[in-house]
Amino acid sequence: MNSRAIEILVGLFMLLFLAAMFILSMKVSNLTSLTSTQGYTLIAKFENVGGLKERASVAASGVRVGEVTNIAYDPETFEASVTLSIDESYASFPMDTTASIYTAGLLGEQYIGLDPGAEDDVLQDSDEITLTQSAIVLERLIGQVLFSRSGGS
Amino acid sequence: MSDFLQRFGRVWLGMVERLGRATLFLAQLVGGVFSLIKRPSLLWKQLHASGVMTLSIVLVSGLFVGMVLALQAFNTLIDFGQENRVGSLVALTLVRELGPVVTGLLFAGRAGSAMTAEIGLMKATEQLSGLEMMAVDPFKRVFAPRFLAGVIALPMLAAMFSAIGVLGGHLIGVEVLGVDKGAYWSLMQNSVSFTSDVCNGLIKGLVFGFVVSWIAIFEGADCIPTSEGVSSATTRTVVYSSLAILGLDFLLTAVMF
Repeated sequence: MNSRAIEILVGLFMLLFLAAMFILSMKVSNLTSLTSTQGYTLIAKFENVGGLKERASVAASGVRVGEVTNIAYDPETFEASVTLSIDESYASFPMDTTASIYTAGLLGEQYIGLDPGAEDDVLQDSDEITLTQSAIVLERLIGQVLFSRSGGS
Repeated sequence: MSDFLQRFGRVWLGMVERLGRATLFLAQLVGGVFSLIKRPSLLWKQLHASGVMTLSIVLVSGLFVGMVLALQAFNTLIDFGQENRVGSLVALTLVRELGPVVTGLLFAGRAGSAMTAEIGLMKATEQLSGLEMMAVDPFKRVFAPRFLAGVIALPMLAAMFSAIGVLGGHLIGVEVLGVDKGAYWSLMQNSVSFTSDVCNGLIKGLVFGFVVSWIAIFEGADCIPTSEGVSSATTRTVVYSSLAILGLDFLLTAVMF
């Protein structure tokens, strides 16, 4: 086989590799979200984060506006301190926004939902969301049901 | 008794000696790679022989592996009502594990054995000695192009295997089994991370390419120069490469994930 045909075939091989990498990075993995615009950070403190994991989504009215970047335990206030990274185009959350931990579907993964309040002041970078609602822990729920049933009968 | 001990010791010492020879061989191989910049046509020819020629088996195997994965995953996941996660499972399995490993095994069987047979035959027909007589370094001329071609080709083939496997999974999952198309791709995108999954898969491919090419070329260059010697060197390449791939895969998975 002459060298020109070999070079053409090797070139096609390279193109096929680039196509495969394109499919793998754009369609299969989450690369598109990695290259999104910069964001600002907010802190929210919860009593119980339940099954919330890092890189969980932060949604307002069901639309993803950011993600959880860090979950840490604060030994001084005995609460979990969650750091959120919100997309810069959504910079108008009022100071009395509530952050709650919801579950997607019945047994899906957990995410943070932001419910805006009514104040005029807007949350800035590194502000803390003061109104929070912790995750629902199944054992506590069952305990409450058993307690209320035994109290009633 | 002492006879048995002697033979036992000799076998093990022989293996250690061979490993040492192989390591010195690798050092010369890597040294020969640098001179390829002056003569890239050698590299293209070997990329064609190792990479392009292995393409057909890699693509067909990738398609069928992806389809089988989707089928099996669906049958199990539907018991939990999570059949929408077929895409996630197929993609993660392929990109993290099956892509590099199966491609490595196929490459060892097809391109690795071809390299060993070719080099072994060159040694048996005294072409390598002839090159040395003409003051041409066989490492630079014969071995290094094949080595570099293997190292470059295997991760590329692994990526193609994973990509076409995911497409095959889509074909079976969405078209035949009725998984929701949007759920297939969006759940997959949420669970596959580019940096820790796709890139780690590529790193695995690189390591496997290094090891398979090294074993293939060494076995060829170190074989007994008879037809029987070449044939046993070829089978040794496939066996040792496969074992090395599987062992290294475990190590790399333990480190990376």
